[in-house]
Amino acid sequence: MSVLTVSGVSKTYATGYQALKHVDLEIRRGEIFALLGPNGAGKTTLINIVCGIVTASTGTVTADGHDNVRDFRKARAAIGLVPQELTTDMFETVWSTLCFSRGLFGKPPDPAVLEKVLRDLSLWEKKDAKIMTLSGGMKRRVMIAKALAHEPTILFLDEPSAGVDVELRRDMWQMVRNLRENGVTIILTTHYIEEAEEMADRIGVISKGELVVVEEKTALMRKLGKKQLTLSLQNPLAAIPPTLAGLPLELSDEGNTLTYNFDTQAHDTGIAPLLRRLNEAGIEFKDLHTAESSLEEIFVSLVRSTTTKDTKGARL
Amino acid sequence: MNLHAVKAIYKFEMARTWRTLFQSIATPVMTTSLYFVVFGSAIGSRMMEIDGVSYGAFIVPGLIMLTVLMESVSNGSFGIYMPKFAGTIYELLSAPVGLTETLLGYTGAAATKSVILGLVILATARLFVPFSIEHPFWMIGFLVLTSVTFALLGFLIGIWADSWEKIQIVPMMVVTPLTFLGGSFYSISMLPEVWQKITLFNPVVYLGPTSTSC
Repeated sequence: MSVLTVSGVSKTYATGYQALKHVDLEIRRGEIFALLGPNGAGKTTLINIVCGIVTASTGTVTADGHDNVRDFRKARAAIGLVPQELTTDMFETVWSTLCFSRGLFGKPPDPAVLEKVLRDLSLWEKKDAKIMTLSGGMKRRVMIAKALAHEPTILFLDEPSAGVDVELRRDMWQMVRNLRENGVTIILTTHYIEEAEEMADRIGVISKGELVVVEEKTALMRKLGKKQLTLSLQNPLAAIPPTLAGLPLELSDEGNTLTYNFDTQAHDTGIAPLLRRLNEAGIEFKDLHTAESSLEEIFVSLVRSTTTKDTKGARL
Repeated sequence: MNLHAVKAIYKFEMARTWRTLFQSIATPVMTTSLYFVVFGSAIGSRMMEIDGVSYGAFIVPGLIMLTVLMESVSNGSFGIYMPKFAGTIYELLSAPVGLTETLLGYTGAAATKSVILGLVILATARLFVPFSIEHPFWMIGFLVLTSVTFALLGFLIGIWADSWEKIQIVPMMVVTPLTFLGGSFYSISMLPEVWQKITLFNPVVYLGPTSTSC
């Protein structure tokens, strides 16, 4: 069951720049959805349209069953947004800024809820501190706390780990997982493929305002994932011998390394015949290892294919 | 309507007033005291009565209006411009609030602050000149209406402005001259006839005499 529906949303700014081109997207209740894309792809525009900050040129958005224009109060009350920039009221205390956020989203004061939010984010000790005295990582957590203050069912995290150190990023991932366990649907945008790979249930890739692919993470990796066998040769080769011609082989590292690309889905990976033919050709190797392509490589290949206008090829 | 949001905005804005209490209250009080020292005592003692009241007492409503108008406009504009400037406006824009809640919250707080200031100045004035208030309820009502109206003007300026200069230009370049030329410190009947006619186009004139008669 979908908790958020984006249908036919386009956005053309007054300058004529088209930031989004007919985006359709369904977010399922309780999932973690990662929206990946290079800078300027339209990730933030899409989030801002859903949250009501930017008006869509065409199309509709439904959040928790409410149209976000006709019934904007109910739709927006269901959503929490953690923006990319660290914008907080520097002179306020953590506690008062949370009270403000909760009230703004139409909820009566409830200190117990705010206390839980702060404790979950390890901010309870800082509740009376002015925001300006906090570190960057803490400020980001304050932003998250503000977004959670009204107990939203949908949480948007726009680049949550930008400028956050590794340890804190891990904590944040854990926090996101905990939120999901509590029934919150999470949509995050990120540059860090690692983040999507680590957390997301489904992944959407956006490039030049178009949603290029939406797929289960594991399925996406399986479909687009390639494996690579790397052989370190005993003696360098000047060229690939004619007997091995026609195979997906590449020679690199001044003839010392031979790489073989194969499809993880294929029944016959072709490794056994390759090794036999290498043996027949008298090529010896001292080491071999296989590696699976990461989401990052998949992402780069998807984005590259859209920039070369080969969008059909990238659609799954 | 989202009443919790109105309350949240109002409380948040008033919190800033208390936090900046010195600038908010002390500065206008000090400025007004200086006016009384200079115009009320030093110069005023050499002036005749105007419309049957001493000059010192005559300028009390004008001084209150001067501060109330200035503060209403600048608080009204500051309240909404600050989140625009700091970027925190994202929260207001993504919140389940419409124009009604936003206006009530921001201009309500701006007007409250102006009314408080007006009353503080009134009390300060009492230390310098003796006067009596004949219609206290009308006076309060008039003070509230003026504060709300000019806070709304300030809100418009805050939405329009894209720099701090623009925020300051209207109170400085429009409100102050209109107040000074609007009969706050003199009765317009003292002016030559032509200037009396011209002065009638100044909206602040209609605030001055009314408040003066309170």
